[in-house]
Amino acid sequence: MSETHQNDVPAIRLENITKSFGSVIANNNVSLSVNHGEIMAILGENGSGKTTLMNMISGIYFPDRGRIFADGKEVVIRSPKYAFRYGIGMIHQHFKLVDVFTAAENITLGMKEKGRYDIRRCEEQIGKIAAQYGFEIDPRRRICDMSVSEKQTVEIIKVLYRGADILILDEPTAVLTPQETEKLFTVLRRMREDNKAIIIITHKLNEVMAISDRVTVLCKGENAGVVKTSETTEEKLTEMMVGKKISLDIERSEPKDVTPRLVVKGLSFRRRDGVDVLKDVTFTANAGEILGIAGIAGSGQRELIESIAGLLKPQGTISYIDPQSGKEEQLCGKKPIQIRRLGVRMAFVPEDRMGMGMVGSMGITDNVMLRSYEKGKTVFLDRKTPQSLSENLIRELQIVTPDTDTPVSMLSGGNAQKVLVGREIVSEPKVLMAAYPVRGLDINASYTIYRLLDREKQKGSAVIFVGEDLDALLALSDRIMVMNSGCVTGIVDAREATKEEIGMLMTKSTKGEVDTVNGTN
Amino acid sequence: MWADFLHRAIMQSIPLLYGSTGEILTEKSGNLNLGIPGIMYVGGIGGVIGAFLYEQNASSFHPVLAVLITLLSSMLASLLMGLLYCFLTITLRANQNVTGLALTTFGVGIGNFFGGSLMKIVGSDMPTINLNLTSSCFRTQFPFANDLGWFGQIFLSHSFLAYFAVILAIAVSLMLNKSRIGLHLRAVGEDPAAADAAGIKVEKYKYIATCVGSMAAGLGGLYYVMDYANGVWSNDGFGDRGWLAIALVIFSIWRPDLSIFGSILFGGLYIIHNYIRDLDVSGQELFKMIPYVVTILFLIISSNNGRRMSKAPASLGLPYFREQR
Repeated sequence: MSETHQNDVPAIRLENITKSFGSVIANNNVSLSVNHGEIMAILGENGSGKTTLMNMISGIYFPDRGRIFADGKEVVIRSPKYAFRYGIGMIHQHFKLVDVFTAAENITLGMKEKGRYDIRRCEEQIGKIAAQYGFEIDPRRRICDMSVSEKQTVEIIKVLYRGADILILDEPTAVLTPQETEKLFTVLRRMREDNKAIIIITHKLNEVMAISDRVTVLCKGENAGVVKTSETTEEKLTEMMVGKKISLDIERSEPKDVTPRLVVKGLSFRRRDGVDVLKDVTFTANAGEILGIAGIAGSGQRELIESIAGLLKPQGTISYIDPQSGKEEQLCGKKPIQIRRLGVRMAFVPEDRMGMGMVGSMGITDNVMLRSYEKGKTVFLDRKTPQSLSENLIRELQIVTPDTDTPVSMLSGGNAQKVLVGREIVSEPKVLMAAYPVRGLDINASYTIYRLLDREKQKGSAVIFVGEDLDALLALSDRIMVMNSGCVTGIVDAREATKEEIGMLMTKSTKGEVDTVNGTN
Repeated sequence: MWADFLHRAIMQSIPLLYGSTGEILTEKSGNLNLGIPGIMYVGGIGGVIGAFLYEQNASSFHPVLAVLITLLSSMLASLLMGLLYCFLTITLRANQNVTGLALTTFGVGIGNFFGGSLMKIVGSDMPTINLNLTSSCFRTQFPFANDLGWFGQIFLSHSFLAYFAVILAIAVSLMLNKSRIGLHLRAVGEDPAAADAAGIKVEKYKYIATCVGSMAAGLGGLYYVMDYANGVWSNDGFGDRGWLAIALVIFSIWRPDLSIFGSILFGGLYIIHNYIRDLDVSGQELFKMIPYVVTILFLIISSNNGRRMSKAPASLGLPYFREQR
């Protein structure tokens, strides 16, 4: 790669790119160009073809039609190797790193350097790149011992090490805390000064406004327009993205009749590999309130709600206070079926909706029936009731499906999630737990889910909402509990807290808590 | 007796060492080749066919030529088996377990078919084929081996294929850990998507590792016929050594260098019943079971410790398709 670029020739230019998977058209006639020394944001809802488009530039997919130009010359990118040759490097959303290798081994992976294989020399080289752009990295650490943001740093250095001039980042901030995001943006700005072309895929509008020079909006696989960031607003971008105006405010009703419903005390859980994933977790979930749970992925959120749902056997107490009788039931250590027999109506929307929530190859009716498998008096199934129930769900939640027997795996993510949440809500739960219920959903579907959660809260159930989008958590929840490495680092009032505060709590050191836990053992 | 036992244990260990080295190489690329027992069997019969044709048709017997022809025909036969496995699992993305098991059944069938055919050609009364001439070339020892007492008997009285097995295991070990090719190969087995994104040709690495691994395993079958069985082929004579080689891969935590010692241990356990007095048939079978029991115990112990380092390649047994969504 030459060091001097004429800035009037685009670093990368796409012309009428089309790609389809089977009968699904992911990209249709998309054209776009990015200059050196520019940060271009690609904005679009889930399924609008952002990642597919970028995968074609980086050689993961091959376009059906269309042309790609790098530095003005037409190129054919058959595989990631070709992409490197033209100075294109992509940082994938799901990191492409080998877990058991060190940072340096991952960075040099696939390189054909002359001479002996010498990892020490590579490590020196990595140190130089890190110093140039202000990264902090230890090249000898293994990937599996690193935090998400460190892994991302390795991915970025990997691309720079190969001399990339065009960097593509796929949803780089999805897994970062606000502070880490700010750090990343500083590095990106430094690279822009270094005359690199940067493409950042995102669906977070505030980040687009903060970092990019221009924005390309994709809608249903097509280019819906290119605008200068300085000449647009968040509202205008949303309109381009979904094709119509929608309100960006999440409804939050005032809580009423707030009484404790679930009292969790001193919950601890040790995984089979000896890692303590929950450490002395204590909190109360109130009826008529949404308790948001924030934290970096893997901080124990999943284990916490699985413990309450009866899927894990932790130590500590989980007391359920019955709204009618006021009696206390101990749920800790009981299986889901035992909890249900106690008369506790609990609904659980798991993180892995196709794996734990539903059976992908079965229709809506069959999936609705899974909730009541132990009911019924004869050996034969009663299909009429669930059938009419599913028809109700389809009508009420506007689920798009040919009929009630179409396998749920054929539905889009949003529609499948509506089926799952709808099924859980039908049982009129007293406790509703939802883990990342809007993950992979577009804006419209997300807002439907938020409205459903708020409605359940108004009906008087205790809602526990594990989320990753801090803006949504702050807008929807009444209180937010922040977790880090299995500890509760704080419970804040969502109406008063700021994103920065929560970000601080997400990364707050938990050393003190760990020590007290060990002390009592 | 101790020297004799160790000598026999090492002889017993060589087919296992070839098999496990081949399988480790294969598994490091993410392919779980359960066809190894069949491939070793085919490697054996391949060598037998080559040696048989040479002995029958050559006007004068030339030792070096006999050895070369036998080696090449053995390696060609196991290479074809490896290619078949690769074509099915990598190109067609068939299930690796099913393919491997099918290949084992198929390989044993092929071996027995050709074994039976050769017996028919010779028209011998015994259900065996004798290749004494070629076998004695394979069994050439160091001339000074017998002058050095127990040391010579245990370590120096082996044939060149035995020493090559050890050299091969060390070479593969060095290749995996110290070379760039090894780094790339391990990356393919750990996370093919990551390797692919780094510009490594995943399919090429899988094909080459699996085929070379198959050829190495095939040499194990050849050693068994030519050295251990003194050039006498009998159908189904190879026993369950192929499965033992696969168990050895787990026992030696995917490290060919450890596999050298592991194979001697397994080889010793495999024949220890011959050295214990007053064992009836059922007792013998109990002793023969020990290697498998050791492997199961080892699996229990190694699964309970949390360290990720000693475990199998992360994407072992999984097919890879770049455009999978």
